Amino acid sequence: MKRNLTYIVAGLLLGTGIVAQAGPAEDRSALIDYYKQILPDIKFENYIYGALAMNPDAKSQYDDFMAFPSYSIDLDKGQKAWETPFKNGKKFSSCFPNGGKNVAGNYPYFDNASNRVVTFENAINACLKANGEEELKYGESEMGLLTAYARSLSDGMKVNVKVKGKGALAAYEKGKTYYATRNGQLNFACSTCHIDNAGKFIRSDQLSMMIGQASHWPEFRGGTDIVTLQGRFKQCEKNVRATPKKADSEEYNNLEYYLTYMSNGLPMQTPVFRK
Amino acid sequence: MAEAMKMRATMEGDVVDVKVLIQHPMETGLRKDAKTEKLIPAHFINQVVATLNGKIVLDAQWGVGIAQNPFIGFRIKGAKPGDKVGVNAVDNLGTKFDGEVVVA
Repeated sequence: MKRNLTYIVAGLLLGTGIVAQAGPAEDRSALIDYYKQILPDIKFENYIYGALAMNPDAKSQYDDFMAFPSYSIDLDKGQKAWETPFKNGKKFSSCFPNGGKNVAGNYPYFDNASNRVVTFENAINACLKANGEEELKYGESEMGLLTAYARSLSDGMKVNVKVKGKGALAAYEKGKTYYATRNGQLNFACSTCHIDNAGKFIRSDQLSMMIGQASHWPEFRGGTDIVTLQGRFKQCEKNVRATPKKADSEEYNNLEYYLTYMSNGLPMQTPVFRK
Repeated sequence: MAEAMKMRATMEGDVVDVKVLIQHPMETGLRKDAKTEKLIPAHFINQVVATLNGKIVLDAQWGVGIAQNPFIGFRIKGAKPGDKVGVNAVDNLGTKFDGEVVVA
């Protein structure tokens, strides 16, 4: 009896010891080590290119397109939306430090006061609300085009998401769990494709590694279709025949928080082309 | 229409690589309006002419197969920095789109 008690106590101590050491920073470095093992030829800074980093021909087509992207006409709409003053005369730049330059890498962050993850799009809508304007719908093209331009003001900034404090850690863990949970008729988790099988092909597409994905949203998919990160979550969930959640849902916000944290240290670029 | 055309002309060896982006709906005339169920009338660019210092180097007839906000890229041999590349487009309603760029 006494010996069992000793084992139980030792086990608890050992258990809590392990939990206390494995935090977000450890998760991230463990995952980077994993990708270095399974994709040894890809440099860390090229993770932002995803599948393009694994296919030189595709990458050169991408570079050609990005030299003069055909979406620049659509992007001008986003620029106009960002620069047009509100009815009260103020502009979006007044809501962000530094006029909105080099801020996007700090999003999402965990707001202890409201006990929730705050995304860049939440901040845009908070700005609209504070200035007596109508908020934009999440995941739709108006928000997409505006944030495509607004986030481009932070191009080159390294992703710099912080996870500090109990609330933040809980949200991070929820995002992490969601990422690894099997879903839909096809019963795939996000990790099934982007961790377990990164670099392999699913039909004709090569699967990108998870680290680096969150650094370049929203994207012009096909060069014409503006898609936000959470819009892409919806598409991926449909791809595994799951019912997608809504943009700005707690699940997607926590997921965005987790994913963006995991891309810390990588330079941002918005918007970009994907096929 | 100043905003309608974006152009870029950069030297690559002894040819100039010209890229042009034109803002245009390029309606085929075969699409139906979702609400009224009526056909949206055809409205597309049907001729594009490019010039180098005033001399015609490209003359294209476009049809409904060209996508919205069309992009055209072409190379001109024998151009040098400082030359003017002009692009003039006309659509089926007679509206003209003109752009000019100096070779970088």
